[in-house]
Amino acid sequence: MNTTPIGHNITLAERAYRIRRNALLMGEVQGQGYIGQALDIADVLAVSYFHAMSYRPEDPDWEERDRFMLSNGHYAIALYAALIEAGIVPQEELETYGSDDSRLPMSGMASYTPGMEMSGGSLGLGLSLAVGRCLGLKRKGSASTVYTLFSDGELDEGSVWEAIMSAAHYKLDNLIAMVDVNNQQADGPSTQVMAFEPLTDKLNAFGWFTQRIDGNDMDAVVAAFDAAKAHPEAKPRMIICDTKMGKGVPFLEAREKNHFIRVDAHEWRLALDALDAGRNA
Amino acid sequence: MAARPRRAGRREECMSAPNTPAAGKPKLKTSAMIASIAGEGQRTKPAPFGHALVELARSRPEIVGMTADLAKYTDLHIFAKEYPDRFYQMGMAEQLLMGAASGMAHEGMMPFVTTYAVFAARRAYDFIHQAIAEENRNVKIACALPGLTSGYGPSHQAAEDLALFRAMPNLTVIDPCDALEIEQAVPAMAAHQGPVYMRLLRGSVPLVLDEYDYKFELGKAKLLRDGNDVLVISSGIMTMRALEVATALAVDKVDVGVLHVPTIKPLDTTTILREAAKTGRLVVVAENHTVIGGLGEAVAGALLRGGVTPIFRQIGLPDEFLDAGALPTLHDRYGISTDAMSATIKGWLG
Repeated sequence: MNTTPIGHNITLAERAYRIRRNALLMGEVQGQGYIGQALDIADVLAVSYFHAMSYRPEDPDWEERDRFMLSNGHYAIALYAALIEAGIVPQEELETYGSDDSRLPMSGMASYTPGMEMSGGSLGLGLSLAVGRCLGLKRKGSASTVYTLFSDGELDEGSVWEAIMSAAHYKLDNLIAMVDVNNQQADGPSTQVMAFEPLTDKLNAFGWFTQRIDGNDMDAVVAAFDAAKAHPEAKPRMIICDTKMGKGVPFLEAREKNHFIRVDAHEWRLALDALDAGRNA
Repeated sequence: MAARPRRAGRREECMSAPNTPAAGKPKLKTSAMIASIAGEGQRTKPAPFGHALVELARSRPEIVGMTADLAKYTDLHIFAKEYPDRFYQMGMAEQLLMGAASGMAHEGMMPFVTTYAVFAARRAYDFIHQAIAEENRNVKIACALPGLTSGYGPSHQAAEDLALFRAMPNLTVIDPCDALEIEQAVPAMAAHQGPVYMRLLRGSVPLVLDEYDYKFELGKAKLLRDGNDVLVISSGIMTMRALEVATALAVDKVDVGVLHVPTIKPLDTTTILREAAKTGRLVVVAENHTVIGGLGEAVAGALLRGGVTPIFRQIGLPDEFLDAGALPTLHDRYGISTDAMSATIKGWLG
């Protein structure tokens, strides 16, 4: 794995910081949210939106954009944070997160939010939709790429493997999937809920070009996205991202592992301070 | 495992006769693997869905065909043969099929998606709900073996598909009667912007409505014949049966009208209320579907809400897992054959 420092990573680190900060501010608005996941996936989102993808913030439906499909709808807080940072959603909407009539509902839905390409929430859906998007793009002769994010818990869903098989069958080299392996799902550690390892071997056997990285190592994330884009074989691409729940806020990282990290009212400010401390360190 | 006394009893009854005597066994009725709902000598057309889709696709390049290992059994193979590059085999994976169809539609295609009604309604329901209906994608779902049109047993008998799909917002639901109606429904589905579920009759499909100067219009119920004693409100193949019942009962001087309601949702309540409000008629809803949640209860709700309260009866499948067997046997057994339906209605008239 190429971990050579890349010049613009400083910018990406700053983007990731701002995505984390936006997510914490939204969590503070509602006093809840899947903040553990938002913090763990911020680096992957920073690389997606500020290194890998083509899009026009002022025209979220621009035909030639790359598509970002959020399968795990409960990560919406993280994606909104990235969409705000990308200028697709105005910063001032941040404070409406999860409120009545907001464009930023707690679970991501296609019709609510600019830049939200699918209705997630029912886990295991996203990769199937992504397969259809890729087939449709190929029909149109489009050069756009479909990026899709899903979570390790979704690997329990049979439909995910239906999609994995079909993406290889149709040689979908316009598909880059990222699975967030934070090893935490509703009932406990994902690997204990349902064993899915060895994941790299499985995906290779299914005909995917597969990379496994530390999803919180910015250089590694950049290198993996670059390699996925440059890969010459007509195969779908998977980036397995091992991540740390609560990344960037040490006291949340240390908190007993839980799918839904509980944050007390006074702790949101402390979390923002801790994030800032990490940024300035 | 709990015993199933009713069905076990029936099996004994079926088996006892041929077991004695050993010589000269009467031939057992077979359970029809390949279901054809056409009666003996009935006029039919081959694969109306497949041919209509091929025709429509000539002028609509955005149409693609997608299936889950059932192209040959849903007449989509005709489309696949004509347009191999517009046909997508998704394997025996109905959830993927529906999800991918949503993605295709999002990119501007108009997928016509086929499988069996049981698999769409039961296995892929959430995918249709979330990826197609909630996202309001322009996907057309055409599903074979609706209601009791397979003798294969509950695994293939979609007795509850209309109840499930009626409950899904954004989804238009249609239940065509015959080959003519399927031919007309295909372009109508395409003309409608949004997801549609159609109950598909495949293979040699009866041709009936050409004798009634009929034209399918999405969302419209049509009075096929008037009658003073009974109004049968029906959809799908039960309209064909209702027309036969009307002919049969005419001999007994019972005057039966038939209101065909091919669009289950949105329901043409205006026409239904108007016809049901005509006094003095027994109103019978006939459906190839469980009596729970289908056309019968949809009409009943519309009548009550509309303040129209005729004598109301339902002909439909019972709330139970249906037997395997030959379709004519089963249609008689469950009261949806022409003879059974005629007898039931006569019984109600007293």
